[in-house]
Amino acid sequence: MVSEVRNNPSAVLRVEHLSMKFGGLIAINDLNFEAKRGDITALIGPNGAGKTTVFNCITGFYKPTEGMLTMTRQNGEEYLLERMADFVITKKAKVARTFQNIRLFSGLTVLENLLVAQHNPLMLSSGYTILGLLGFPTYKKAAADAIEKARFWLQKINLIDRADDPAGDLPYGAQRRLEIARAMCTDPELLCLDEPAAGLNARESAELNQLLLSIRDETGTSIILIEHDMSVVMEISDHVVVLEYGTKISDGTPASVKNDPKVIAAYLGVEDEEVVELIEHAAATGADDITAAVDLLSTEAIQEITETHPEAPAAATAEAAAKPAGPAIKAGATANALAAPRGGTPDNLTLIKGIGPVNERRLNEHGIFHFDQIAAWKKADVIAAEAYLAFDGRIAREDWIGQAKKLAKESQGKPAAKKTGGAK
Amino acid sequence: MADIQSSGQDSVYVKAAREAVITGIIAFGLFFLVIGFRTDQNINNELVLAQRWGLLAIFVAVAAIGRFIFAAFITPSREQAKLAKSKVPAAAKIDRRSLKATVSRFGLALLFTYPFVVILILALIQFAVTGQWSFQSGVQGSLKYVDNFGIQILIYVMLAWGLNIVVGLAGLLDLGYVAFYAVGAYSYALLSAHFGLSFWLLLPMAGIFAATWGIVLGFPVLRLRGDYLAIVTLAFGEIIRLVLINWTVVTKGTFGISGIAKATLFGIPFTPGPTGFAAMFGLPNSGVYYKIFLYYLILFLALLTAWVTIRLRRMPIGRAWEALREDEIACRSLGINTTTTKLTAFATGAMFGGFAGSFFAARQGFVSPESFVFLESAIILAIVVLGGMGSLIGIAIAAAVMIGGTELLRELEFLKLIFGNDFTPELYRMLLFGLAMIVVMVWKPRGFVGNREPSAFLHERKMISSEFTKEGHG
Ligand SMILES: Nc1ncnc2c1ncn2[C@@H]1O[C@H](COP(=O)(O)OP(=O)(O)OP(=O)(O)O)[C@@H](O)[C@H]1O
Ligand SMILES: [Mg+2]
Repeated sequence: MVSEVRNNPSAVLRVEHLSMKFGGLIAINDLNFEAKRGDITALIGPNGAGKTTVFNCITGFYKPTEGMLTMTRQNGEEYLLERMADFVITKKAKVARTFQNIRLFSGLTVLENLLVAQHNPLMLSSGYTILGLLGFPTYKKAAADAIEKARFWLQKINLIDRADDPAGDLPYGAQRRLEIARAMCTDPELLCLDEPAAGLNARESAELNQLLLSIRDETGTSIILIEHDMSVVMEISDHVVVLEYGTKISDGTPASVKNDPKVIAAYLGVEDEEVVELIEHAAATGADDITAAVDLLSTEAIQEITETHPEAPAAATAEAAAKPAGPAIKAGATANALAAPRGGTPDNLTLIKGIGPVNERRLNEHGIFHFDQIAAWKKADVIAAEAYLAFDGRIAREDWIGQAKKLAKESQGKPAAKKTGGAK
Repeated sequence: MADIQSSGQDSVYVKAAREAVITGIIAFGLFFLVIGFRTDQNINNELVLAQRWGLLAIFVAVAAIGRFIFAAFITPSREQAKLAKSKVPAAAKIDRRSLKATVSRFGLALLFTYPFVVILILALIQFAVTGQWSFQSGVQGSLKYVDNFGIQILIYVMLAWGLNIVVGLAGLLDLGYVAFYAVGAYSYALLSAHFGLSFWLLLPMAGIFAATWGIVLGFPVLRLRGDYLAIVTLAFGEIIRLVLINWTVVTKGTFGISGIAKATLFGIPFTPGPTGFAAMFGLPNSGVYYKIFLYYLILFLALLTAWVTIRLRRMPIGRAWEALREDEIACRSLGINTTTTKLTAFATGAMFGGFAGSFFAARQGFVSPESFVFLESAIILAIVVLGGMGSLIGIAIAAAVMIGGTELLRELEFLKLIFGNDFTPELYRMLLFGLAMIVVMVWKPRGFVGNREPSAFLHERKMISSEFTKEGHG
């Protein structure tokens, strides 16, 4: 499985098990994704999701706590980015980036900004300054070429008339474009753009889309972009990765991501009080798992959606209505629900991949305590369970039933003591 | 219309007069006790209170009149100038640029002919006074002007241009620049004393030694920025000085090294003997020739510094320095190795400091740690900041004003007529230095020439206003 990914020649960047911790704060939690060569990959997520941190890890500004970042260049060379210094990543691995808060050389002219970006080839042709200082013709030619290249990009970003003005004097939108052109002057194979459309008006944003598409099509540069503007993402990206609280919650084509309820929930957000509730709940149950927090937040957000959208599944509405009553077994339960765990001890349902402590609690509330119960689920039960868990297709995707069957068999063969840790 | 204007003019004067009165009152309040009274001891060791009302009156009057002039004339005229400036058409701007080019060409011509102009002027004065044409008297009299003004100013110009690479271009605040000057001076002094090597061999070596020390200093401070960098470089300067004081076996400590060999002109020594310069060219014996030779030597060295700086600015490394000053993180994101970039800035700046140091040793014939105190670093840095970081012309002007000004103070004997015989103008050097600095910084916060000239252009070379450039963070 892993080797299959590894030999995939179309991946320009592979992110495997990337984690980044700042003290106690987990900014990225075991992130895996792949950017295909020649694709525009969008990295989206709410504020503070860790998108910029991912970029900082890719471009070497942060050393990740864990994980592997593999950049494969067109000529087949592979670079492990997490082991390289930031400037070497741009120089050797050919990854260029822009910044969320524009970082131009504001006191240098627009042209000079693009020349600084060509530092490394120019340094070589000037014989590390010495030949250039003595006026060797190789440098003169290289300098002229560098200016031509800058001219090309200036034409492309429509700033040729302002080439001799200080970069700090440009309007905001032009600064954003200049930063992209400057990054492109390093001849990158992977271009990382941190919110390039932020602060642009509709027309500028449309121009930016054209620019990015033409960069991809004409230079073959792969692009990863962070973007909040969904219209940009939907229009130009080939592949979308969604982050929330440092965890990937969705990954796929723009259309599939757009309809993913978890993404909708993440983007609609949840009320502050609910976050407080969540924290209290987490403190009460002793759960410190980020996934659990995400699970809970998303689930509750979806309940909100279903409450406000009448077309949502009936079961969910029923469940929401029944919520205040809080009986031992809630409405909408599956056929084989039990009033209490057999023998007083429920199975540890979190052993099933995909069920966190929050989901376990919900299942328990709905009378599901044992692996064999899940193993025996029929299609109708799955739909019912999905209604209160509100995970469309997740039970099938993660094969809860298959996992449960296996676990049920194992637990039958072994003494019951093994199952105790479960009830939280 | 005219009425309104004249009444407007009137109100300016009225307002100025009112401000002058207020200023006078404030000055009186401030100085009443400080200036008005003076405690002294008489012969019997008793404390006596001297009253100085006259002096107090002078202080108050100066403050009030100064305020009046400022409010009535300077402020309105500056506002008018500002208005006029905003209306200047593009053509006038181009005119100004060509004016600048002629000014710098004229300045260069003056620099090259300076010793002869001085000699000529002195001879003419002599002629006017005595009616006798004596070229030789002009030669003799020029010594002071060539040495105290010409050479002294050019040394500081060169030092400031060298420091400009580190501070002005790369934006690294270096408070210990004088250390490299010391390294250059002691390299020449020691190597010529012990091995008898010639000046022309030791000049580049001194530069190389200083550059090495620049790298040695550079390594530990690479990670530091801003205040921390300034403090560590300051400490470095002091360490070098303390080593020079305490390593007596080699450096002779505070006694210094004397009798350092003079520089020669392609092997021709400037000595009175028959093989000396004067004898060979059939000129009367005089120490002036050596000074004139030194003048051209330091002029050459300073212009070399300028030439290299101008060339480097158009090289990738020079652009990387300036980019580093603007934004270090962006530099790294473009694949620039900021470590080596900073080190080359330190090394290049230090190298010119080393050149200047070996010249200094050859000129003085004597070096001691006293010449390399922190104050020197501060003066050089002040010149760079006053002149406008990055601007060669501005820095040259600042050096001429600052160093020439303090030299000029020695000449102002007539001040003794005003302030009494025990007034020594040189002692007020630092006061005036500081005042000048405050005035310039208020008037032009980015120095005399704050505008930056771009290193490359596509259509036309436009100066970049100082509001966009950054000073660097470390
Ligand atoms: N250097 C750092 N030290 C400590 N915490 C950090 C650091 N950098 C980022 N973080 C934290 O990591 C989390 C993710 O931040 P990040 O900037 O990656 O978010 P983002 O997804 O880019 O958000 P936005 O959309 O607002 O740009 C935040 O909680 C942030 O406070
Ligand atoms: Mg961000």
